[in-house]
Amino acid sequence: MTKELLKGNEAFAEAAIRAGVEGFFGYPITPSTEFLEHMARRMPQLGRAFVQAESEVAAINMVYGAACTGKRVMTASSSPGLSLMMEGISYIAGTEVPAVIVNVMRGGPGLGNIAPSQGDYYQMVKGGGHGDYFPIVLAPASVQEAIDSIAMAFDLAEKYLSIVHVIVDGNMGQMMEPAELPPMREIPTESPPWAVTGAKDRDPNILTSIYIDPVEEEVTDLRLLKRWKEVEKNEVRYEEYALEDAEMAIVAFGTSARVASSSIRDAREEGIKVGLLRPITLAPYPEKRLDEISEQVERILVIEMNSGMMLDDVRRVVQGRVPIEFYGRMGGITPLPDEILDEIRRVDTNKTEVKGDPREAWMARLEKNIMGEDK
Amino acid sequence: MKETSIIISGFGGQGTLFAGQVLAYTALDNDLEVTWIPSYGPEMRGGTAHCTVILSEERIGSPIVGNPDIVLALNLPSVDKYESLITSGGMLIANSSLFNREIEREDITSLLIPANKIAEEIGMARLANMIMVGAMVKLNPILTMEMVKAGLEEHIPKRHRKTLPGNFEAMEKGFAFAEEAMG
Repeated sequence: MTKELLKGNEAFAEAAIRAGVEGFFGYPITPSTEFLEHMARRMPQLGRAFVQAESEVAAINMVYGAACTGKRVMTASSSPGLSLMMEGISYIAGTEVPAVIVNVMRGGPGLGNIAPSQGDYYQMVKGGGHGDYFPIVLAPASVQEAIDSIAMAFDLAEKYLSIVHVIVDGNMGQMMEPAELPPMREIPTESPPWAVTGAKDRDPNILTSIYIDPVEEEVTDLRLLKRWKEVEKNEVRYEEYALEDAEMAIVAFGTSARVASSSIRDAREEGIKVGLLRPITLAPYPEKRLDEISEQVERILVIEMNSGMMLDDVRRVVQGRVPIEFYGRMGGITPLPDEILDEIRRVDTNKTEVKGDPREAWMARLEKNIMGEDK
Repeated sequence: MKETSIIISGFGGQGTLFAGQVLAYTALDNDLEVTWIPSYGPEMRGGTAHCTVILSEERIGSPIVGNPDIVLALNLPSVDKYESLITSGGMLIANSSLFNREIEREDITSLLIPANKIAEEIGMARLANMIMVGAMVKLNPILTMEMVKAGLEEHIPKRHRKTLPGNFEAMEKGFAFAEEAMG
């Protein structure tokens, strides 16, 4: 295989096809629509199921039903669409069947806009649906990594009978980059033992998320938690850049991390010792590595395209050992490399202790900047 | 070559996204790292459209830039928007068929090219975009004319193959204009 120039959404959809997805159920929404369009073209060609449902609520429940048959199934949508799906997602989690859900995030809350955002961090990483469940969340930062993540997402979903969210922002869905698609995987002919496939000559499998007796529900929830602990032990993924001798660590994911890596390159040329920790799994979070980094660096700068959501996880792990500063853009605005470079310089020269919520100081600076932009 | 950022901007329908894709495919064929990212907002539906192309020999970080190295501005709003943002020492190629003002920046290379007029002269009014690309490869041969022609030939969809000679001619006209203008 050689590298091709691939558009994010189309490449992600084709990656799912190559990974053996047998059913796609969705509803179009910018900036993820090309994902569904690619599925609409390709799935019927391959004799696989494609349904454009009447709503996101219907689509996720189709995913739920189809997942119970043991086939690889998925949906893809964008932020408001994910909100509509949350009930179904919780049912899938409670039933312990695998499903892969791609979220190409846009600006919010509410109808918001179609510009790129990371504002769904809480919703995706902390669950979003009701009840005690723990989704796996992958946050790739390039078209190639997203292709690889989607294939991996199916394997993880099946291994842990879990929801796997693959989250990117609108930039990633819309951009073109050289990338290589994997070869087409064989579709397994045998169903997993838990699947509902018709109970001829065997005891019926019962898949449900109803446990009327709280004791049974507690047993189930404990099983989910134990499975999650296995995920935490085995599946943490992250990437580092220029951290070896770093005195300042930037923590960022997805597009924010990419932009930050450009700024880090420029800051390094100015002699500022700054590096990057980029979580690829947002859940499970790379806690152990961040813990080590907190012992090494003097300062941490968290960069996000939201109001400081992952910041909470960083503060939780760092526990006040080093000062943490925050820089975010919200509402569908992607920070530019120069903005982050200015932040790196500021944090490098302004070595004050940060007390309390790092967002306070950032909010004041942002407000000034926004007013400045208006003039 | 560290990294070169190019913004191609104009009205929807002027082929700005396509021109950017031609550069991106050409970069791919020549083993460069490349990103292409469009404006995909409501502006795609009738207003302005632009794309950012970044070429590099190394892994590319940010796919967007605040200060592009090269801007191909196909209309006046694009000139107004980007003239002040181009990096010092960068380049602005502007379609002077659609506006009548001077370029004020003196620390950048600027070229006013009547791309619509030239396109109409060769009977292909819709190829102003490729005339601008032709001028760009003359002024900054980060991708050469041969490379871009080969890239276009390799990647143009079958149904559009008949437009290849026209695209080539448009690029050559733009190249020749830039050659003459810049001496």
